[in-house]
Amino acid sequence: MAGLADTIIQGVLLGGLYALFAAGLSLTFGIMRLVNLAHGDLIVLAAFAILALASWLAVDPFLALLVALPLMFGVGFGLQHVLLNRALGHGILPPLLVTFGLSIIIQNGLMQGFTADSQRLQAGAIETASVSLGGGVTVGLMPLATFGSAIVVILGLNFLFYKTPLGRAFRATSDDLEIAELMGIDHRRIFSIAMGVAMIVATVAALYLGMRANFDPTIGPARLLYAFEAVIVGGLGSFWGTLAGGVIIGLAQTIGAELNPEWQILAGHLAFLVVLVLRPRGLFPRALD
Amino acid sequence: MLLELKGLCKSFGSVVAADDLNLALAPGEALGIIGPNGAGKTTLFNLIAGSLAPDRGEIRLNDRDITTASAHQRCKFGIGRSYQVPQPFESLTVFENLLVGAVHGRGLAERDAAAPCADILLRTGLIARADTPVRSLTLLERKRLEMARALATKPQLLLLDEIAGGLTEAECGALIETIRDVHAAGTAIVWIEHIVHALLAVVGRLIVLDFGRKVAEGEPHRVMASTEVRQIYIGIEA
Repeated sequence: MAGLADTIIQGVLLGGLYALFAAGLSLTFGIMRLVNLAHGDLIVLAAFAILALASWLAVDPFLALLVALPLMFGVGFGLQHVLLNRALGHGILPPLLVTFGLSIIIQNGLMQGFTADSQRLQAGAIETASVSLGGGVTVGLMPLATFGSAIVVILGLNFLFYKTPLGRAFRATSDDLEIAELMGIDHRRIFSIAMGVAMIVATVAALYLGMRANFDPTIGPARLLYAFEAVIVGGLGSFWGTLAGGVIIGLAQTIGAELNPEWQILAGHLAFLVVLVLRPRGLFPRALD
Repeated sequence: MLLELKGLCKSFGSVVAADDLNLALAPGEALGIIGPNGAGKTTLFNLIAGSLAPDRGEIRLNDRDITTASAHQRCKFGIGRSYQVPQPFESLTVFENLLVGAVHGRGLAERDAAAPCADILLRTGLIARADTPVRSLTLLERKRLEMARALATKPQLLLLDEIAGGLTEAECGALIETIRDVHAAGTAIVWIEHIVHALLAVVGRLIVLDFGRKVAEGEPHRVMASTEVRQIYIGIEA
């Protein structure tokens, strides 16, 4: 029994990490219908940013995160302002091509700057600390912190979306871009801010990605895949749905790995396909298109 | 002049939607526009509000050239617009629809925007529906919201596109009263409408458009009785 409970808890907590990967993607797709194929690589870029800041400032990754957050907001804002805004509004293909190219550029840029070696964010004792839940079940502090951060991020995004003027502008722009313009909203600026916020979430995701396992410049696309699956399983436009989607993919992977270590990744994809067959619009769809 | 159009031209392929249009509107004036379908009426609004760029010509607001200004800038300069088919933000409540315009269009802080928005909802008869999600509104309420939301940006110039269409006689009467109030409060109005009696109850000047050209202009009843209007609408030569 303890073994099963342990597997389930590990799966749920892993889902928190996937939800963090996915929340930024969900945000940009929800607001500007941008399918960002470079999202995974931007997470890896953020992980390298934290790594570089931590070693340069000689601080632990959590402190480096605080410096990386505004920096990555700027990267997201600038990227949207200079590049992605120009790719939007001419059909579905231009943003796909541009972000696909961006993905390759980021990977190669990181390869040039940091080599292809595996890296790790070193957080010290907290990495191996664990909490006992009784009944012989213990959970690591790091997975717990990851999941907690995912919940905090989603609470924060929901607050931003539903309780602030900026969030109302996000929703209005998402509803009808042309009318939002007539109401005095500069949609390009709104898009740039949205990408900045998405990069903040991506940077939080990067912290836990880098502390949980090794990373190198090429792992972005695989993270992107899990993120996409979480967003689609959860249903477009709902942040809590994205968390649920992450948990389902995480659970499927850990249970699959328990049955046979080779089945971990496959089980996640199978769970995704099952949801897609049974509920094509995801579990908690909000957006209508 | 509040609004001036000088030699405005716009074509879509071989279809001419605006053909050397000239127009001047005084502050606080109410102008009606009629014309057959495809005459370029809605295109004219798109050009004034900034959803479309003209091929040639100039648009001036308060003696400032706004020809190349974006739609969101024009909103801030004082142009408000309603659509023929109401296009509210479906996922927002009625009150939030207005808040968007007041906060982003007027640059108000949210706590300063609440009172004027509530006042507009009161004047447009929507106050009881303030917290209702837009998707559950009736057609009349959606039409009222379309105007209320444009008013939330506090326009000096309000563009109304066939706002009386599809309403019952009583609803239409109520809407006319609301538009009169808005006009009486000093807002200039340009109103495109097929329901001529509604239009004539409000406007002091009437323009007839056909194939993007201004074919008649003047005192509304005289324009309605003119040969040009009879030719266009009845198809006979008087």
